[in-house]
Amino acid sequence: MAGRARFAFTMLAFGYAFLYLPIVLVIVYSFNESRLVTVWAGFSTKWWRALLANEAMLSAAWLSLRIALVSATAAAMIGLAAGYALARAPRFFGRTLFGSLVIAPMVMPEVVMGISMLLLFVGSERLFGGPDRGFLTIAIAHITFSIAFVAVVVQARLADFDRSLEEAAMDLGATPLVVFRTVTLPLILPAVASGWLLAFTLSLDDLILTQFVAGAQSQTLPMRVYSSVRLGVDPQINALATIVVAVAASALILSGWLTRRRA
Amino acid sequence: MRFVIALPYAWLAIFFLLPFALVLTIALGSNDPDSVPPVAFGLSLANFKLLFTDDLYLAAWLSSIRIAATSTLVTLLLGYPMAYAIARAAPRRQPLLLMLVILPFWTSFLIRIYAWMGLLSSNGILNQVLRATGLVETPGTILGTEWAVHLGIVYAYLPFMVLPLYAALEKLDTSLLEAASDLGASPLTAFLTVTLPLSLPGVVAGCLLVFIPSVGEFVIPDLLGGTDTLMIGKVLWDEFFLNGDWPLASAVAICLLVLLVGPIALFQRQQARSAEPR
Repeated sequence: MAGRARFAFTMLAFGYAFLYLPIVLVIVYSFNESRLVTVWAGFSTKWWRALLANEAMLSAAWLSLRIALVSATAAAMIGLAAGYALARAPRFFGRTLFGSLVIAPMVMPEVVMGISMLLLFVGSERLFGGPDRGFLTIAIAHITFSIAFVAVVVQARLADFDRSLEEAAMDLGATPLVVFRTVTLPLILPAVASGWLLAFTLSLDDLILTQFVAGAQSQTLPMRVYSSVRLGVDPQINALATIVVAVAASALILSGWLTRRRA
Repeated sequence: MRFVIALPYAWLAIFFLLPFALVLTIALGSNDPDSVPPVAFGLSLANFKLLFTDDLYLAAWLSSIRIAATSTLVTLLLGYPMAYAIARAAPRRQPLLLMLVILPFWTSFLIRIYAWMGLLSSNGILNQVLRATGLVETPGTILGTEWAVHLGIVYAYLPFMVLPLYAALEKLDTSLLEAASDLGASPLTAFLTVTLPLSLPGVVAGCLLVFIPSVGEFVIPDLLGGTDTLMIGKVLWDEFFLNGDWPLASAVAICLLVLLVGPIALFQRQQARSAEPR
């Protein structure tokens, strides 16, 4: 093996260690007897029991899950439309602006989006008397920044897609809607599904945007975690982190397995 | 088709574009703690003037850009060899190696930053290891310094660097490298004249994906940095949530946007170019 490649593989191993060591330690210390995350005082599941009895944490998790389901589904539909328009409509009025609008939320600093969306909701509250800040405003904010991620994967899938299938269906007399439902949609469904999953994860994890638009009543899981973590290390959060890592890893392995079976 | 375009267009116009007009309007007003919301509308540039004349804000701008730039560079130096190694690994191993890079991104951002709080604290594991190996005698503090902020950014954004780099390196035609070496180029020359220029789009995309969000980062400086770590995202947050000065926070948001409009436009051009069918 050339020296250059050996160096690259050493760096790869180092990179993986760097990425995973902190996560592994968080998991290990969720089973620590002591409250200190720095001293190992023996195996214990007491922080897990404390987490599962933590009503505030559980209700925050339930709220986050419901918001993530709603916003990922809405973002998948709007993002599908946006990605389809970008890939299949070569020109329409304001296409350049549209293209920028779709991608911009991906790279917009979250503090900027947070303050601007809050001002919008405050404005609409004064003009129209609603919506009340909470579930709905959080979901709208999450949908807005998730659209981009769905649109990008859908557009990429449509870009390297055999259009002759659509043309054949059209030649056989199918209406555009039927072509979309029977040919296009089944072929891009994996892209929509992975966009949905990404939107779901991003919604579940968002702190900054949520903190701006949540209002006084609602507290999502990341908001709850943040307010606890600010005060210092808490082994209950380690237990929660372990659950998050386990769920993410199994979802990713499952989706990898599904795509391999399909191929 | 018209509906397909109109739905996302209308959504983004109302919930993404319109709010920026509101931010600009508020930024031109002034703070009025007695009204709800705490804003007195006006047409004054006083907030912007303050941002560019006050030493504190000036220092926050400069240190945000400096921290984001150096962290981006470190991420590139770590991410490039990683992406290179994945692209050169046996094809059937590549999906697994990539998945290992992506997996942390699917776990919570907040929790990954939290993981470093325990590691870096003064009697944390890192310090214990350093002391046990005799590298340092007195426990140093890393948590609460700019070092920790750099580390946090590199850690959190590494996947964003590796993925575009891998996409660029994976497409690289290795026969070009063979041709270069047949023509007498040393491995280093071949790397500098063939591999590096051809992977440049990946380098640019990766750097932008790390740099842009880092400049406005809030969670990392808040949890890992100290009171003297100034970053503009944290300044905006504090002005808004602690001081309740909405107009000033809005002005910070506008300036941050203006600062990043160049990098964002560059990123969009690259995305548009790579999305074109070949």
